[in-house]
Amino acid sequence: MNLFFRNKRVTGLLTIIPENERNFIDEMSNFDVPISRSLKLKEVMGYDKHRMVEPGVCASDLAVLGLQSLISRNLLHSQDIDAIIVVTQSPDYLMPSTSHVIQGRLKLKQDMICMDINQGCAGFVMGLIQSYMLLDQPAIQKVVLINVDILSSKVSIQDRNSYPLIGDGASITIVERSNSTEEFSIYANVKMDGARYDSLIIPAGGFKQPSSFKTAILHEVEEGNFRALDHLHMDGSAVFNFVQTEVPKMIDDLLSFSGMKQEEIDVFLFHQPNRFMLEKLADKIGVPYKKMPMNVVEKYGNSSGVTIPIAITLNYKKKLCLENMIACCAGFGVGLTWASMIMPLGYLKFCESIEYPNQLDN
Amino acid sequence: MNDIVLILNEICPELDFSLSEDFINDGMLDSFDMITLVSTLDKKYSISIDGMDIIPENFKNEATIIALLRKNGVQL
Repeated sequence: MNLFFRNKRVTGLLTIIPENERNFIDEMSNFDVPISRSLKLKEVMGYDKHRMVEPGVCASDLAVLGLQSLISRNLLHSQDIDAIIVVTQSPDYLMPSTSHVIQGRLKLKQDMICMDINQGCAGFVMGLIQSYMLLDQPAIQKVVLINVDILSSKVSIQDRNSYPLIGDGASITIVERSNSTEEFSIYANVKMDGARYDSLIIPAGGFKQPSSFKTAILHEVEEGNFRALDHLHMDGSAVFNFVQTEVPKMIDDLLSFSGMKQEEIDVFLFHQPNRFMLEKLADKIGVPYKKMPMNVVEKYGNSSGVTIPIAITLNYKKKLCLENMIACCAGFGVGLTWASMIMPLGYLKFCESIEYPNQLDN
Repeated sequence: MNDIVLILNEICPELDFSLSEDFINDGMLDSFDMITLVSTLDKKYSISIDGMDIIPENFKNEATIIALLRKNGVQL
């Protein structure tokens, strides 16, 4: 599905990353494979460090810290927020929505829209699409898009498929109608395939299969990994194949829809599952590696919908405050969902990262 | 010993690949080893094996790996 928007902009971006850092080297003994094999995998996939929240920290904690930081520095005025969109797979509660919790904790005005979207690795693009749709309403001038996931507690420490790469984090993206006289267009492409819903899934904990003593028991599964039904399950081969098959096609379709040539794109901001997968995508699409950041997983881990904002604040924080770039964003993952967007990005009021400190009182 | 077996031995030194005709079903190569192998082959032969070709069928034994390399223009 092709989508088209006009004259909406990202005007600020903040990422919130837990201070608590883990190292793959220290975790290798959790996996039932020779150390030499793990070391080779570290090199190929980019496994190195990842950030995880401490037990008890929830999604709204990261978001509230980030919003308080912006509000206290006058980078965001709380009365200007007309909508909060939270994109997460790790909400504070099954109900109410985490966006309501954040609104309440910050004592924001009632004359606003709070909504949660259950999306993962495509969540940044999906959140922007929803933000742009809301901004078509005259009453809505400013949307706060929050991507947050703290899935580390839902990953088995003995699952080599997911534990070494998981990361927690949050981002706050301010999305507004452009005041500039310059007209510009935003192009997006979205596809979904619920027939493959179980390729990435946490089987227990919802209403279909509530968590219980039984769902917490670890079982040996494929390739010597151990997981419980309460844990995230990723069919690594199926997901890898899905990405390599669908994403290059999606980028071709998006470029055709926009009428732009690949050379006109300044930066390809793709979700960051691991370095190997990104290199293969870049090779297939024909994008030079220097135009596609791939350094998020090795520093912070894969924080699903937050990896694109982290790629931005990690690699372009100074540049994007001073100039404009044409960015092609792409996210792909749970659902399955694959979504992409070509948009101007730049002249940001702020583009920075802060840490969520250890042992902070909530 | 040929190049492919040497590379496999480097990835999994504890295994003898010359004894198997089906590395996957014999449990010698898992999906992560396949990725490590692809990365090594890409570098050694200056190629980029298509992500859609990273499927177990192409890594079953020495012959299927050689066929994959030939598909990528490697002369063996």
